[in-house]
Amino acid sequence: MQTVFSVGTDALAYGMVLFVISIGLSVTMGLMRVVNLAHGAFAMIGGYIASYATQILGLGYGVAILLAVVGTILIAIPIERFLFRRIYGAPELTQVLMTIGLTFCVIGIANYVFGPTLKTIPLPETLRGPVDLGFRSIAAHKLFAIACGIVVAGALWVLIDKTSFGVKLRASVDNAAMAASLGVRTKIVYAVSSAVAVGLAAFGGIVGAELLPIEPYYALRYMVTFLVVVSVGGAGSIPGALVACLVLGAIDTTGRYLVPEYGEFFFYLAVIAIVCVFPNGILGRRS
Amino acid sequence: MAIQRAIAAEGKVDAGPNWLLRDLMGLAAVLAVAGIGYLLFPNNLALLTRITAIALLVLSLDLVTGYCGIATLGHAALFGSGAYAAGIAAVHFDITDPFAMAAVGAVGGAAAGLLAGAIMLRGRGLAQLVLSIAIVYLFHETANKASNWTGGSDGLAGISPDPVFGIFGFDLWGRTAYVFGIAILAVVFVLLRLLVRSPFGMLCRGIREDPVRVSAMGASVNGTLLRMYAISGAVAGLGGALNAISTQVVGLDSLSFTTSAEALVMLVVGGTGSLFGALVGTLTFMWFEDFVSAINPFHWLTIIGALLIAVVLFAPNGLYGTATQLLHRVWNKR
Repeated sequence: MQTVFSVGTDALAYGMVLFVISIGLSVTMGLMRVVNLAHGAFAMIGGYIASYATQILGLGYGVAILLAVVGTILIAIPIERFLFRRIYGAPELTQVLMTIGLTFCVIGIANYVFGPTLKTIPLPETLRGPVDLGFRSIAAHKLFAIACGIVVAGALWVLIDKTSFGVKLRASVDNAAMAASLGVRTKIVYAVSSAVAVGLAAFGGIVGAELLPIEPYYALRYMVTFLVVVSVGGAGSIPGALVACLVLGAIDTTGRYLVPEYGEFFFYLAVIAIVCVFPNGILGRRS
Repeated sequence: MAIQRAIAAEGKVDAGPNWLLRDLMGLAAVLAVAGIGYLLFPNNLALLTRITAIALLVLSLDLVTGYCGIATLGHAALFGSGAYAAGIAAVHFDITDPFAMAAVGAVGGAAAGLLAGAIMLRGRGLAQLVLSIAIVYLFHETANKASNWTGGSDGLAGISPDPVFGIFGFDLWGRTAYVFGIAILAVVFVLLRLLVRSPFGMLCRGIREDPVRVSAMGASVNGTLLRMYAISGAVAGLGGALNAISTQVVGLDSLSFTTSAEALVMLVVGGTGSLFGALVGTLTFMWFEDFVSAINPFHWLTIIGALLIAVVLFAPNGLYGTATQLLHRVWNKR
């Protein structure tokens, strides 16, 4: 029972962190049809900025998160404008190579600027230590990660299902040309959703820093995981991404707890099985 | 668009009666470069042999990515399978004749190619890419786990190949390994030139352009691609076997995602859809890597990243494709 509970909370926390980081990737991939392998790099940049803000500048956790999210979006704007826009609609191979190249650059630069060591983001007092739930205690930062995931999922649901921006976004995902001809400014929809995606990646990178530690190879190490989540969930589908994150998080964490010597064997086996059965993702639309 | 232009250009090149002459010139160029390398870097033959082995991997990747249009980030799975097949044959079954080891490597690679191809062809686009990544990780974890057979993370050591023809032993200088590797590369190169020009090769190019149309014409798309995958696996397996024979050890890195991604980078830097491009890309990348990463491995990452972005933006046909285009332009002006 003890094991089941701790596996459950760890899986939930891990899945939620995955969700916060990769939901932006899922939305932009559904929207712009760009296979973006550089998404993890933005999460890493967010983590580095937050670490710098708390460690060197001595700012508080909340301020650091805000600064990191805004900073990462500012860094991402010229990249989106000058690099990504050229590969919208290009063949997949081109997109893969461009974004891998970008990832390599970010890794090299991060190492040059911040050094190869692991960077930590000190948690505020309230998030340290365990929280007593009455029958079990659970690490506060994990609870915080789970809460963040739920809040992000809820906020995105409201944004996409209940606001006029969401209507335009869904229209653009379904058929960009038709949406544009009906008066939706798809360029603005693209720009806003890219900014939100990058901001969420940075946010997820900070919140998940305890589970996915920030170091220069972060962008390469988790690149595959984020891409897998989107592919399994179905690009552009928020519930799909949520289900994928929870399922894959559960498989990965359970595998690590019960048969640690097999590493990520079961994770990738599950990925192959799921993708073979659902080539468009669990909740993806037929393309 | 760019790709179509490249085919048009290459179609022109391949047409005409002097294709045999071109192939012989290509072969002569490969051998000449190999000879120059031997004379200029006699103390660095191990690196040159490794370049030869990786060149086989990149050639095999070109077969599926360049000629069939399948983007894969998991091709090292086939390379590593060949390497482990040859290594296991040598260590556990006493098959230490280098030619037999190479053959075992090719068979192992082809088998892995069939398996990987059968899985990869289930998906399209993003799903296919993710499947390729999952396959290479699965192979990696399997090799890591089956440490009785593969040595796990310590690597498979104790491979001691017999002398070639019973005369030329694999010594510390690596001369035999180098000549052996270049001989394999030359033979494979000629065979692949014939393959890509054969009706089968043309069918693969047709599938890359328009699979629906090819299937409407009555050809089996997946069957053809699967066959190409097996051939590609055999070539990659040969490369892996060569690596196992020359370094006498097989490590888990031969099955890694990083190796796969690097192979793809080499191919694109050189130019997809042309065997020469694969060779040019491998040589440029590996030589440059050896040169820069000796100074600082992280600068190397930044440079290769910037180079990739530049190639994608400004030279989508790669170094070889762009060079031939420029030559054609100069030629036509005269």
